[in-house]
Amino acid sequence: MTRWSRFNIVSVALGFAFLYLPIVLLVVFSFNESKLVTVWAGFSTKWYVSLFNNQGLMDAAWVTIRVALLSATIATVLGTMAALSLVRYTRFRGRMLFSGMVYAPLVMPEVITGLSLLLLFVAIGFDRGFWTVTLAHITLTMCFVAVVVQSRLLSFDRSIEEAALDLGATPLRTFFEVTLPIIAPAVFSGWVLAFTLSLDDLVIASFTSGPGATTLPMKIYSQVRLGVTPEINAACTLLIALVAIGVVIASIVTKQRELQRQRDEQAAVAGR
Amino acid sequence: MKSLGNIRRSFAPWADPQSKPFISFRNITKKFGDFTAVDNLTLDIYHREFFALLGASGCGKSTLLRMLAGFERPTSGEIILDGQDIAAIPPYKRPVNMMFQSYALFPHMTVESNIGFGLRQDGMPKAEIGERVQQMLKLVKLEQFAKRKPQQLSGGQRQRVALARSLAKRPKVLLLDEPLGALDKKLREETQFELMDLQQQLGLTFVVVTHDQEEAMTMADRIAVMSHGKVVQVATPAEIYEAPNSRFVADFIGDVNILEGNVKAAGNGRVELAGGDFTVRAVSDAAPSVGTSAAFAIRPEKLKVSRTAPADPAVNTSEGEIWDIAYLGDMTVLHIKLPSGKVVKTSMLNAQREVENPIGYDEKVWVSFAETAGVVLRD
Repeated sequence: MTRWSRFNIVSVALGFAFLYLPIVLLVVFSFNESKLVTVWAGFSTKWYVSLFNNQGLMDAAWVTIRVALLSATIATVLGTMAALSLVRYTRFRGRMLFSGMVYAPLVMPEVITGLSLLLLFVAIGFDRGFWTVTLAHITLTMCFVAVVVQSRLLSFDRSIEEAALDLGATPLRTFFEVTLPIIAPAVFSGWVLAFTLSLDDLVIASFTSGPGATTLPMKIYSQVRLGVTPEINAACTLLIALVAIGVVIASIVTKQRELQRQRDEQAAVAGR
Repeated sequence: MKSLGNIRRSFAPWADPQSKPFISFRNITKKFGDFTAVDNLTLDIYHREFFALLGASGCGKSTLLRMLAGFERPTSGEIILDGQDIAAIPPYKRPVNMMFQSYALFPHMTVESNIGFGLRQDGMPKAEIGERVQQMLKLVKLEQFAKRKPQQLSGGQRQRVALARSLAKRPKVLLLDEPLGALDKKLREETQFELMDLQQQLGLTFVVVTHDQEEAMTMADRIAVMSHGKVVQVATPAEIYEAPNSRFVADFIGDVNILEGNVKAAGNGRVELAGGDFTVRAVSDAAPSVGTSAAFAIRPEKLKVSRTAPADPAVNTSEGEIWDIAYLGDMTVLHIKLPSGKVVKTSMLNAQREVENPIGYDEKVWVSFAETAGVVLRD
């Protein structure tokens, strides 16, 4: 093992402090007894109780989760389809343009995406609300899914699909019985990415949302302008916990799979 | 009865004008953009034949196989399988199965479900599938590996799973794309004979694509040598080796010495060439016109090397000097420099362990051959 030099310890401590000090403060103060966010007055969970009694915040959370679930799912379907056509049909006219256009939203400033969507919804007379936010989030997250799935498909051995066709599976069954199970991990990570992006989006939601469809980030942002209450801290702590649990589960699954792969390889060598 | 290559064949439907081909490529052309992969090719393959498509990479052999499987559609021409034009039939409706070079096993399925995949697509009853899968596992000797995933198997085992999977549906034709390319040499040689036995046992038509001439010679009833999208020669391994129809085939299959010369006389089944190191007098049906240049192809093992001059040193004989010696165990290869500076290759079987006074470096020797030992190439 490498010895930890003093310099290393300091740089690690500084780095982590820089990354996590704000979050730690936020979590700590969510358990604060006092109403004042910056003055510690003892441990309490009362803000969690009051959070669950705050109908406005709970409604906003519910809207956010519904939008995130729906938009992530639809974006995953569309993004996977886009990735498939980009990787598979390499000879269609305008492919370069199409692939460039799929990735444009990745670098497009959110303000522009939000504004253009708003203009579109207004132009076609689409009442703003739950559905417009969902549609806007599909637009935003689809390209992220496409990128993730595309990188998996690039290393996909096409002869596996040909083998399925050769053995009598129609193209549709080939996709569902062979292609999809193999690329499923990438599709799932695409979904998780889309879900998180939708969960924490503020800018686009602000542009495209309407009455009765306030998302949690919008709600938090508007409340903060009136002054931060420990309720917000509690809400944010719960969000952090949610994301942390997701990350931990994902890394455990990856680790397990890696171990399984190593065991498989050993078995293959031993079984010679 | 005389036969090329000391093989008497009982199976030779191609020589029988009565027999109908099982697979026919008729004027098949396949273009990818400007590139012509297969160029107006016509080829017949017979029922129960073990047929090899042999050629360097990019010669169109894989494209031909993929058109038979249905993954590529010919630009023009027709492919007849068992009396039916299949050019427009998608791969999942064709009675042919393919074994892929990469094996293309489904990584998320066990060996069992890999082998049963094609049967499930056909809606075969579960019990029957289980039975057929067991049969197949037994055929390829993998019974105890049924529950394993492909990544838990060695290369040789994966190859056998791929084979079992492609045979499970009992296809009319089995296509094999470089089936042994990923195996090491020993395993490859074993598997070649296993494949031959299997083909005999099942009575199927096998079409194999390979770039390995030894593999093709070992397994195939007939070989089609391909180059630039065309078939250069279709014949039995012995014919291809002993009677190549062109400089390309002579050079592609095995080692060969090409002796250039001018035609001095031709006719009555004989050809005489002069002008090179040898005055060649050969038995040949080729009738090149007198005065033109021609080539005579002779395999290394058919050249005789001696210290004393042969009976008629004026014909099919030349003096030479030992230039290089390579001892390979089963045989010794000699490179001999002829008076013109041309180096010919000869090989001798080491039938005895000890040889008295073997030929050594820089020795003067005579190189000669029999009238029937080589081929006059038309070109």
